[in-house]
Amino acid sequence: MELKSKSPSGPIESRWDRHRFELKLVNPANKRKYNILVVGSGLAGASAAASLAELGYNVKCFCFQDSPRRAHSIAAQGGINAAKNYQNDGDSIYRLFYDTVKGGDFRARESNVYRLAQISVNIIDQCVAQGVPFAREYGGLLANRSFGGAQVSRTFYARGQTGQQLLIGAYQALERQVGLGQVEMFPRTEMLDLVVIDGKARGIVTRNLIDGRVETHLGDAVVLGTGGYGNVFYLSTNAKGSNCTAIWRAYKRGALMGNPCYTQIHPTCIPVSGDYQSKLTLMSESLRNDGRIWVPKKTGDTRPPNQIPETERDYYLERKYPSFGNLVPRDVASRNAKQVCDEGRGVGTGLGVYLDFADAIKRLGKQVIRERYANLFDMYDRITGENPYEVPMRIYPAIHYTMGGLWVDYNLMTTVPGLYAIGEANFSDHGANRLGASALMQGLADGYFVLPYTIGDYLAQTKLERIDSSHAKVREAEAGVMERTKHLLNIPGKRTVTSFHRELGKLLWDECGMARNDTGLRKALKRIPELREEFWKNLNVLGGGEELNQSLENAGRVADFLEFGELMCLDALHRSESCGGHFREEFQTPDGEAKRDDSTYSYVAAWEYAGSQQSPILNKEPLEFEYVHPAQRSYK
Amino acid sequence: MKLILHVWRQKSAAQPGKMIRYEHSRVNAHMSFLEMLDVLNEDLIAEGEEPIAFDHDCREGICGSCGFMINGVAHGPEPGTTVCQLHMRHFKDGDELTIVPWRAKAFPIVKDLVVDRSAFDRIIAAGGFISVSTGSAPDGNTISIPKKSVDLAMDAAACIGCGACVAACPNAAAALFTGAKISHLGLLPQGQPERYERSLNMVAQVKNEGFGSCTNIGECEAVCPKEIKLEVIARMNRDYIKASWTQRGDTFRNEGV
Repeated sequence: MELKSKSPSGPIESRWDRHRFELKLVNPANKRKYNILVVGSGLAGASAAASLAELGYNVKCFCFQDSPRRAHSIAAQGGINAAKNYQNDGDSIYRLFYDTVKGGDFRARESNVYRLAQISVNIIDQCVAQGVPFAREYGGLLANRSFGGAQVSRTFYARGQTGQQLLIGAYQALERQVGLGQVEMFPRTEMLDLVVIDGKARGIVTRNLIDGRVETHLGDAVVLGTGGYGNVFYLSTNAKGSNCTAIWRAYKRGALMGNPCYTQIHPTCIPVSGDYQSKLTLMSESLRNDGRIWVPKKTGDTRPPNQIPETERDYYLERKYPSFGNLVPRDVASRNAKQVCDEGRGVGTGLGVYLDFADAIKRLGKQVIRERYANLFDMYDRITGENPYEVPMRIYPAIHYTMGGLWVDYNLMTTVPGLYAIGEANFSDHGANRLGASALMQGLADGYFVLPYTIGDYLAQTKLERIDSSHAKVREAEAGVMERTKHLLNIPGKRTVTSFHRELGKLLWDECGMARNDTGLRKALKRIPELREEFWKNLNVLGGGEELNQSLENAGRVADFLEFGELMCLDALHRSESCGGHFREEFQTPDGEAKRDDSTYSYVAAWEYAGSQQSPILNKEPLEFEYVHPAQRSYK
Repeated sequence: MKLILHVWRQKSAAQPGKMIRYEHSRVNAHMSFLEMLDVLNEDLIAEGEEPIAFDHDCREGICGSCGFMINGVAHGPEPGTTVCQLHMRHFKDGDELTIVPWRAKAFPIVKDLVVDRSAFDRIIAAGGFISVSTGSAPDGNTISIPKKSVDLAMDAAACIGCGACVAACPNAAAALFTGAKISHLGLLPQGQPERYERSLNMVAQVKNEGFGSCTNIGECEAVCPKEIKLEVIARMNRDYIKASWTQRGDTFRNEGV
C-alpha cells in the first residue's frame, strides 16, 4: 500500500497555514447535514466532539465509562507544554519543535511536530478562557515550571492535577453541546466494530454495557480518540478499563497500525507489592529533582536502608551519568533500574530501587520538602504505609504511555477514508519517545485545532451515499459482534479473564518491555498464539450477555490484547535498532545507550492486516529530516 | 487476615436485592480495598458464582468512578480517600464489614454496587460551563487573576464527581457537587458573564433530578475524598438568592457583578 502522508512541503513555519487554506470548507448551512461519530471522551475525544458540535455538525459521542468525565486523561499529573515564552527564557515554537523531534529520537514527522508546537499556544488560551485554574504567580499571571529535563520553563500546570482540570474543561464544553442538543452522548457504550461501506468508514457497532443491546450508529465520518494500549502489559499506570479494542477493530477493517513497539516506561512508579496487584501508580518525576536514587552495592543485601552505610551504597545514576545524574531522561533512568535489579541488587521485593530524600531534607529542611512534594509523599504513604520523610521511597519503572497507534496522515485520517484517529490512539507526533507534559498538548491540539479543520476537507469532497441499518455490511458487523459475545460466554473453561491477562502482561513485560532482544521476542511470538488458543478453549466467563457483565467486557478487551501483543512483538523484532522507548539489547553503544540505525530504520512501520491466518504486511513511510538533523543523544 | 463481608447483591434494577455474607480469608494488608474485592471475585468465579460488580477505573483516586458505603461511611473510614486508595492495613483480622451502594433517588441502582450517576452530567449540561467556543479565546495572560482566587477556584474544581456527598447526605442533596462547580467558575473572571444564570439553571436541574434539599448538616464535607468545603454551598446559595431576586421575566439582570 502506498502511504500518502499529505505532509506539506515548503518552509516549515508556513506549512500548516498554507495547508489550512487549501483544505476545502463545508458551507455553514450544510454542516448540520453531517453526522460525526466520536469514540472516546478523553482530552482528544471530548475536545473534538465539542469543537465539531460548535461548528454545527451533528455529533454522537461514545465512552465506556459511566460519564465522559472519567476518561483516563484525568489522571495526568505534571502539566502541559506550550511555547508561550512567558518566562522570557528563550523558548519559541521552533525550540519546542526541535526538542520534540530530538526527544522522539528522530522517528516523528517534522511537519506534524511543528504544527503541534504552533498550536500549543492556542491551547493554553482556550483552556484559560474555559476556566481551567492554571497555577498563577502573585501578580496574577500564569506560572510555569520546567519539566522532564527541559531547559526552558514551558509547562503550565494546575497543582498535580493538570490532566483532570484540562479534561474537565473539555468535558464542560462537551456537556454544553449536549445541553444544546448538538451532541448526543452515549456513556457505558463500547465500540466493538467499525462499519466500512464502499471503502469508507460509515459507522460503528456498539454494545450497551447496561443491557447488552448491540446497535449500529451510522454517520459520515468516524473519529477514534480511544487512547493507548498500555494495558496490554496488564500492569501499567493506565486505568483498568483502558483498552485497544477500538483501534484493533479498525486495524482489522483496514486501518494501518503504526509503530506498535514504541511504548514508554515511566521510571518513578510505586513498585509491585504482590500478585494481587491490579495496577501501578505513578509518582511525578519531579521527585527526581531532589531525591537520590541508589541500591546496595552488594547483591542480596536485605538490611533496612538506614543500616546500609554510605560506602556500601551505589548511587548508580550519579556514578554513570555525572552531568545529568538523577535527572537523565525517562528511558535511561528506567533501563538502569532494571539493570541493577537484574543484577540482584533490587530492594523490597527485588524489583525496586531507593529514591532517597535524606540528603535533601538535611540540606533544605523538612518544611521545604513538604512544600514541594507533600501531595506525592502523602500518596506514597497512603499506598505503601511507609513515611518517605523517614525511610527512602521505593520506586520501579512501569508502562505509562504508548507512542504507537493507528497510522494517520497529516489530516489525522487513517488509511480508511473517513476514519480518523486522534490523541494517544494515533501514532503521530512523539516518534519513539514522548517528552513529559506533551501528551496533554497533543490530545488537545488534535481535538480542538486540527481535526475540526481537516474533517471538513474530507466531507466537502466526498460523495457519501445514503445508507441505513439494513445494509449487508451493517448486518454482517452486528452479527459478528453478537456471535463473538456469545462465544465468549459459552467457553466451557476454568480460567478467569484476569489470569490470562496477567500471564500475557508478564510475558510482554519480560520480553517486550524495557529491554528487548531477538531471542526473547521470538519466545513471546511463539507463546502468545498458544496462550490465545488456550484463552478461547479454557476461559470462564459467568453471567449473561444482556446485562451489566464486567467479566464479559473485560474478556473482549483481553481477546484483543492477545492479538495486539503479537503485532507489538513482531514490530519490535523487525526493528533491529534501538530508538527511544524501543531498546534492543543487541543494538547499543559501548556505553549502553540506544543505538539507532538511521540508514535502515528511519521510517514509520505501518502494519496492514492481511487476514487471521496471515502475517501482517509491513508498509513503510520514510521519514525525512530537513530541519533537525539526526544525532546521537548523550546524557553523560 | 480474614474478613467477614456483607455485600449488597442485586442482579439488576428490576430485581430485588439482598445482603450476602462472604468469608474472605485471602486478605493482605498491602492490598487496596478494590484489590481485596478483586481477589474475592476471582474466588467467586472459581466457585461458579458471579463476581460482585462495582465501578472503578483509574484506581488512583482521581477519575471518580469508584465508591460505595463501608460500614455506613461513604468511601470508608480514612478521610480524604476514595475506596481505590483505601488500603487494607486500616482494617484488622476478623473485622466484619457491610458494603452497600450509594443510595439516593437520583442515583438508581444498576447492579450490585453500581449506580447510575448520569444526573451529575445533566447538572453540568444545564450550566456548569463557560460558553467559549474553540478559537475565540484571547491570550491566556490578557486577564490577570489573583493567585488567591485561582487557588480557591482550584480547591472547588478538585471535585471528582464520585457522588459520595449525595450518598452521605440524609437528604440525598447534591449541594456540595453543584456548589463546587458554581464556586469553581464563579470565582474566576471568565465565569462572571454567566454567573447568575448558571446558578439558576444548575439548581433547577438539581431539583428536576430528584435530589433533596440542603439543610447544612455537613455529612458531605466529612466524606468528600477531595475535602471540598461547605463554603461552596454558601457561595451557591448566595448566587442563587441574588439571581432569584434580580430575575425579570425570563432574563436575568447581572447587576453589580
